[in-house]
Amino acid sequence: MKTGILVIAEQLRGKLTDTTFEMLGIGREIATVLELPLHAVLLGKGSASLFSQLGAADSVFVLDGASLEMPTADAIAASITNLLNKKPATLILIPGTNIFLGVGPILSGRTEMPFVNFCKDLQIKDHAAILTCQLFGGKIFADIRLPENRGIVSIYPGSFSPEPGRSGRVPPVETIEVGREETKVTFKRFIEPEAGDVNITQQDVLVAVGRGIQSQDNLHLAEELATALGGAVCASRPVIDQGWLPLSRQVGKSGMIVKPKLYLALGISGAPEHTEGMKGAQLIISINTDPKAPIFNVSHYGVCQDVLEILPLLTEELKTQKVRG
Amino acid sequence: MNIITCLKMVPDVVEELEVGPDGKSLDTQWLRLRLSEPDEHALEQSLLLKEKHGGKVTVLAFEAPELEEALFTALAKGADRAIKFTGDFSGLGGPVAAQILSSFLRSNPQLLTADTLILTGSQAIDDLEGELSPCLAEKLGFPFIGVVTGIEFDPERKKAVVLKEFAGGLRGEFEVPIPAVLGIQAAEKPPRYVPVAKVRSAMKSMKIEPREVPRPDSLGRLPVEQLYKPEVAGMAEMIEGSPSEIAGRLVEILSKRALA
Ligand SMILES: Cc1cc2nc3c(=O)[nH]c(=O)nc-3n(C[C@H](O)[C@H](O)[C@H](O)COP(=O)(O)OP(=O)(O)OC[C@H]3O[C@@H](n4cnc5c(N)ncnc54)[C@H](O)[C@@H]3O)c2cc1C
Repeated sequence: MKTGILVIAEQLRGKLTDTTFEMLGIGREIATVLELPLHAVLLGKGSASLFSQLGAADSVFVLDGASLEMPTADAIAASITNLLNKKPATLILIPGTNIFLGVGPILSGRTEMPFVNFCKDLQIKDHAAILTCQLFGGKIFADIRLPENRGIVSIYPGSFSPEPGRSGRVPPVETIEVGREETKVTFKRFIEPEAGDVNITQQDVLVAVGRGIQSQDNLHLAEELATALGGAVCASRPVIDQGWLPLSRQVGKSGMIVKPKLYLALGISGAPEHTEGMKGAQLIISINTDPKAPIFNVSHYGVCQDVLEILPLLTEELKTQKVRG
Repeated sequence: MNIITCLKMVPDVVEELEVGPDGKSLDTQWLRLRLSEPDEHALEQSLLLKEKHGGKVTVLAFEAPELEEALFTALAKGADRAIKFTGDFSGLGGPVAAQILSSFLRSNPQLLTADTLILTGSQAIDDLEGELSPCLAEKLGFPFIGVVTGIEFDPERKKAVVLKEFAGGLRGEFEVPIPAVLGIQAAEKPPRYVPVAKVRSAMKSMKIEPREVPRPDSLGRLPVEQLYKPEVAGMAEMIEGSPSEIAGRLVEILSKRALA
């Protein structure tokens, strides 16, 4: 049977996510080099109407399974395992998102295809697929050679441009019966984000604090700077987990995706789960005592200093500047 | 309630990480390890469940440098037992770790009762071959859900209602029959602090139970071609000088863009 490359499309509440188009873009590129067909896979109740956006693929497989409304990892893995019996594939791209966390390892166990996590780049060198994965919070990269170009690869959101994955072409669709999968975990309901006092996605200027701010008592320094700049304070996950700021202020994978004119990253290491949410900012300035902090890789300007020392000086300087006009 | 918490030591990324002479693994000479952060949250969530519903918390971990202190800290915080698998497990991948853990649990049925909840961190920074929790759930035939930030346990119905994080602050509520394996992203409260004196007294009064398990034939690791540090500051222009000079320069940059 002919094999191919599969891109498992991701949707949240009836909308395809950007990661889907990122995977289609890079999937198209490698499919061309390896001379394999590229198929997009749609799972989820009512998802069939989304197929027309997946024209970057040669064809779309729509999996007909009733339990896929808000699919759990085992349900997704079961459907794909069934699909593979009918449509074998060598390479499967899945999104490295919270929705899909766990799908790769489960699918790998059931199909004996190797699973590779944290992939941020994929290249074909002499017909071999080389994956670049980011480990240890983005501090180390690992290049992995996939034996026989066969595997399940979890793609870090934001690693590729979604544009090449968008297409106006209407692809052929094949509906595939994968059976009703029994899942032991049942989805009950969505819990909407708490309406925050400020919507950080709407701010032009964001002052973001990370663990480097050290204590809740230092937060006022960031607040004062934000006021001087006419912006708002947001944060990385540890600050939110400590309860210093509400969840509505979290930037990153589980938090908000922000694209302000200015993003000041203060005492944030720049783990991929954080940069996923802010690297689209127009101007990124980072202050961090660690000269090797990965945040500097996505910043336009960097300062290697104690944030507690720079912060008050910066606020002061801004105020004087205003007075001077 | 029988709560099993799997803990793992990972490199502390606040420290400088160096690539070893083989170019394929980390240089362990200067490596400082710490308890994986999501595992710390899994432990906290376990203790919160125990406080609410009673029962026992047993922590399981593979031998690693600096593990003992982490285990005694767990005991000092309120865990009832700590079991350490002795042997050389450096470079152990998630899927193989799950295999060892599942056979250990299966051969110790008192640790695998009908009211068992297995908690571990949702993801670790070195889970290249996959996270432990889904692998372990598969091996045990238990239901799994990851990225969990809250657990409401219903002992009557033998079910847990859990919160899973999606993106943009959106969360989902799921119902999971137990026994189950949950990947914890964040506990309902920040991990508790325990004074050093309490850890010391745990060291005196409590024991870590060593269990020998054979080193598996394969660690299940992927073939790494090379490991390297990403080029730092490939993009950022570093601003240097005294703190006040830096502040001045930053304001200049902002003014130029009409941001100040
Ligand atoms: C499934 C999943 C989802 C996640 N979702 C998110 C998310 O939505 N958002 C998010 O942010 N994270 C998320 N994370 C966590 C992420 O992996 C990182 O752990 C987190 O972003 C680290 O936050 P941080 O940079 O503040 O802390 P750290 O990584 O601890 O970094 C602190 C930094 O502060 C610097 N520093 C210390 N003191 C000072 C000082 N005095 N002056 C200047 N700098 C100083 C240090 O050098 C260090 O670089 C997620 C993780 C997982 C597994």
